Amino acid sequence: MAKHIFKFLVLAIFLVGYNNLQAQHGHHEGDAQHEAAATAHEEGQAGEDAKYDPTELINHHISDSHDYKFDLPFFEKTFHLPVILWTKNGLTVFSSGAFEGDEHGEKVVEKNGQKFVRIHDIIAYKDAVKEHTKPEDIAMSQRPLDFSITKNVVSLFLTFLALFIVLMLVKKSYTDKKVPKGIASFIEPLIVFIRDDVAKENIGPKYEKFVPFLLTVFFFILFANLFGLIPFSPFGYNLTGNILVTFVLAIIVFIITNLHGTKDYWLHILWPPGVPVILKPFIALIELLGIFTKPFALMIRLFANIFAGHTIILTFVTMIFVAKSWSVPPLAGFATIFMYISELLVAFLQAYVFTLLSAIYFGMAVKEEAH
Amino acid sequence: MPVASIGAGVGAGLAAIGAGIGIGRIGGSSLEAAARQPELYGKLFTLMIVAAALVEGVAFFAVVVAMGAK
Repeated sequence: MAKHIFKFLVLAIFLVGYNNLQAQHGHHEGDAQHEAAATAHEEGQAGEDAKYDPTELINHHISDSHDYKFDLPFFEKTFHLPVILWTKNGLTVFSSGAFEGDEHGEKVVEKNGQKFVRIHDIIAYKDAVKEHTKPEDIAMSQRPLDFSITKNVVSLFLTFLALFIVLMLVKKSYTDKKVPKGIASFIEPLIVFIRDDVAKENIGPKYEKFVPFLLTVFFFILFANLFGLIPFSPFGYNLTGNILVTFVLAIIVFIITNLHGTKDYWLHILWPPGVPVILKPFIALIELLGIFTKPFALMIRLFANIFAGHTIILTFVTMIFVAKSWSVPPLAGFATIFMYISELLVAFLQAYVFTLLSAIYFGMAVKEEAH
Repeated sequence: MPVASIGAGVGAGLAAIGAGIGIGRIGGSSLEAAARQPELYGKLFTLMIVAAALVEGVAFFAVVVAMGAK
């Protein structure tokens, strides 16, 4: 019974959200459209403007931000997150509300004897940048180091919190009784799958010390991907589609791989066996490059998959507002739903692929074979 | 910079063609292999995913480079 109530509530939340947003937009094109309108609305109110710029809307969703916008129908609020800057005069902390929502470098904030402006999601020194500078033209010397709790950082905390709660529940169900119950019976197959089919299979007998990391990275990416697909605040973020997040994940894999490298591993790289002596330096060079390209590929793969997924979904949604024709919304709606479903697959697949490839790299590092 | 944009688009398109051929071949071959030896399906699936991920990675390299060239 509780299950049915839960299902009903989940459905109700989605439908209430969509209906209300639907009304705000004044579109009435069928169920597929609800979802599309909701997503479009969530990423910013650009839809109402006379001049409609889909690129800006998509960029706004994809990029980081100093504000966290909630626009649920019953709860509309912008949270101003703290801005933490390391400037020439030392640490400077203030609320991003000081910019009053300005993102074009017009509102000047004076703190700690310095003037700051915000251009898109970049905070720069007022005196260093000219007016109407594009965000990509701002050099590192023109801006302070930005350690702010941005939207992505909040999303990271949210993902972490959800992960912590779910996995603690799983842990608890094992200490209470032997048979997993509730959410544990859902998570257990995944844990066993990662341990047996990913870690044990690819790393070999020394798999045990890598399992905690592989499980952490798998569930972190999975949760972040899935939360990123929920189309309303505080979800719908683009955490794993941010190259810095995937960069850190890849760096961790890089460090673990090379710290656990055995003699065999380094011999394989620096003096590859079974190759003519003349070729050895060249092969070694390629192998040395390979140390860096492997985590680099991990970083790019995860980033590009999620980034592309969000961009494609939003592109389909914005097509409706660009075309302004009755024939486009049903098509775009179906395309959006199709992409959503394929993104569900991708969310799982990319978490799996990242974990699997990490395990394979660890396996390469710890393998000891006689040649 | 229209020429650079065209170059980026064409480049990304070519990479997509290459990746399409690659993933198509991987999928086809693993399907054939699974049809011959269904009991190996689990192992083949893992191999297929790894190979597909590698091909896809190359395509994404191209996409990211094209995005930078834009």
